This record gives sequence, structure tokens and C-alpha cells, in this order.
Amino acid sequence: MAEALTAHGDHGGPHAHHPALQHHFDTLDQQHEAATLGMWLFLITEVLFFGGLFLAYMLYRVWYPEAWAEGSYQLNLTLGAINTVVLIGSSLTMAFAVRAAQTGLRKATVGWLIATMLLGLTFLVIKYFEYAEKFEHHHVPGSNFSFPGPHGDQVQIYFSLYFLMTGLHATHMLIGFGLLSVIAWMAHKGRFSEQWSTPVEISGLYWHFVDIVWIFLFPLLYLVDRAHTPVG
Amino acid sequence: MSGHVSPKRVYYAIFGALMVLTIVTVYVATVNLGRLNFPVALGIAITKATLVILFFMHAKYSSRLTKLFVGTAFFFLLVLLTLTMSDYLSRGLKTYPGGAAGSGYGERTPTPPADLRRGKEEGGRERTEH
Repeated sequence: MAEALTAHGDHGGPHAHHPALQHHFDTLDQQHEAATLGMWLFLITEVLFFGGLFLAYMLYRVWYPEAWAEGSYQLNLTLGAINTVVLIGSSLTMAFAVRAAQTGLRKATVGWLIATMLLGLTFLVIKYFEYAEKFEHHHVPGSNFSFPGPHGDQVQIYFSLYFLMTGLHATHMLIGFGLLSVIAWMAHKGRFSEQWSTPVEISGLYWHFVDIVWIFLFPLLYLVDRAHTPVG
Repeated sequence: MSGHVSPKRVYYAIFGALMVLTIVTVYVATVNLGRLNFPVALGIAITKATLVILFFMHAKYSSRLTKLFVGTAFFFLLVLLTLTMSDYLSRGLKTYPGGAAGSGYGERTPTPPADLRRGKEEGGRERTEH
């Protein structure tokens, strides 16, 4: 024990180890496995966090199908579909960033991370224009909300869930953007190598998770009830 | 050591599959399948999510413990959704034919009320698509 402690002190000699290896882990493999599990554990809580909102969505959809059809018909399908492509594209660039980090390509890692961040930003800008449209049409829940027809109040519930779910998702995108900028900086500084790229990998897990949330939000909010409203 | 390294073509193939599924789900949404629209859209979304989890998130290549964690997330999501929905959907099952869904909470009406359609025409709501 004493020998190990002194050996760790100077990081040299027979007990030399990778600078990224923390002292409470035996190997980088073990540290990688623990970090991956930890990230998945966090993602489990995230699944249930969004799950509560999906539950509210499903319940109100069963209760007020007319309002759901009328509400979802007001969403901009074109922008929603473009955003889906943008976000899945950002997942592809994220996968490439992880791959570049794993194979020790420093510049490619930074490049793919910046590409991912730019696509994420594109998503948020498009989302901004969608939100602006909703403000213009008085579709934002609150005192200025107005919707013609007998289901106005119920459509307001639809739009409340729309803003809660897409807003929470956009918040996650912003957090992901911040996370990736730190990771890109670390990659630029040469902190990752073929031996150690776990921070890039688990940030990728988070980014892909946010993509998955949108994969469900897009059909549920924009698509499922659209065909049930005749084109006006 | 780091996790599994996939060849680039795997990522391109998965991205292609995700794009095709996106086009399919948008197309299907324009066809009125009645009650089937929901399960079809959800089925496609689950397929897409599975592809992302298995290949982009490397769940396919991770340890059994990690796989168990992944499964746990969706197991508890399923518990949350099915138990709550089975409660709400079965309320009034004995008192109304068809249960809560048939109790006047909302029969699916394929056409919205006339005044809504009129409102759309008069209000001149801008539609960016079609």
C-alpha cells in the first residue's frame, strides 16, 4: 500500500499510469465502464423525466382527440421535418466525432464536434422561427391565447404540452451545446487519445438521447393527428 | 482502452435508414388510417430510436450490465405508461359502453366542427405547407 502511494506520487517508474486514470480505478477499461454506466443511469432518469410529459400527452390525447387533431394541424410540418433531418444529421456527426476521438484523430474530433454544435444551433434557430409563428397566431397558452371553434380550451392544453415538451427538449439542446463546447476545447488541447476518449463518448450518449426524444416528439406532436383534420 | 470503434459505413447506413424512416413517417401521416395512424407512427419512431441506441450509442457492443441499464429505462417507462393508461382508459368501463373513451370524453370525429373550418377561411390563417 505504501509502495503504491509513493509510486503514484511521482507518476513514474514501474507504477506509471495514464494521466487520465483516476486513482480509485484499476484500469482505464474499468473507468470507461463505470463512466458509461453512470451516464446511462442519468439517462434512465431523463427517460422518466420526459416520460411524465409523454404520459400527460397520451392521456389528454385520448380525452380530447378533436383538440389534438386541430392543434397538431397548426404546427409547421415542413419546419418540423427539416429539424428532424438536421437533428439526425447532428447525431451522425456526433458518432463521427466519437469515432475520431477513439482513433486518436485530434483535428477530426474537434471538426466533427463543431459540425455537431452547428447543426444543433440550426435546430434551435428553426425552432425559434416556429415559436415566433405561434406567438403571432396567439397559439401560446396564456391570456393572449385564442383559437376558433368549440375546442379552444382543449387546444390550449395541446399547446401547453407542445411548448413544455419542445421547450424542455430545446433546453437539453442548449445544455448539450455547452457540454460539447467544453469537450471540443478539451479535444483541441489534446486531452483525448486512442487510450482515453470516454468523455467524448459519454457526451455523445447524451447528444443521441436528445435526438431520440425528438424522434418521438416529431411524430406525436406534428404527425399522428394531421390526417384526421381535412385540409382547409 | 476505449469503447467499440465502428466502421464509418455502418454510421452512414444507419443515417440512411433513419432518413428513409423519416420520409415514410411523414408520408404515412398524410394518409388517414383512422386509429392506425398512431401505432404506425409510434412503431416507426421506436424503430428509429432502437437504431440510434444500438449503433450510434453503441449499446449493441457494450457490456451486459450496460445493456441491462438501457433496458431498465424503457421497462420503467412502460410501467409508467401502461399502468396509468390502463387505469384511465378502463374508468367507466362498466357504466359506459366502450369505457372512458366512449363516455363522451371524445369519440374520434374525422371532421372538425363547421365553425372551425369557417374560422380558418375567414381568419386567413397562413399555411406554409401544401
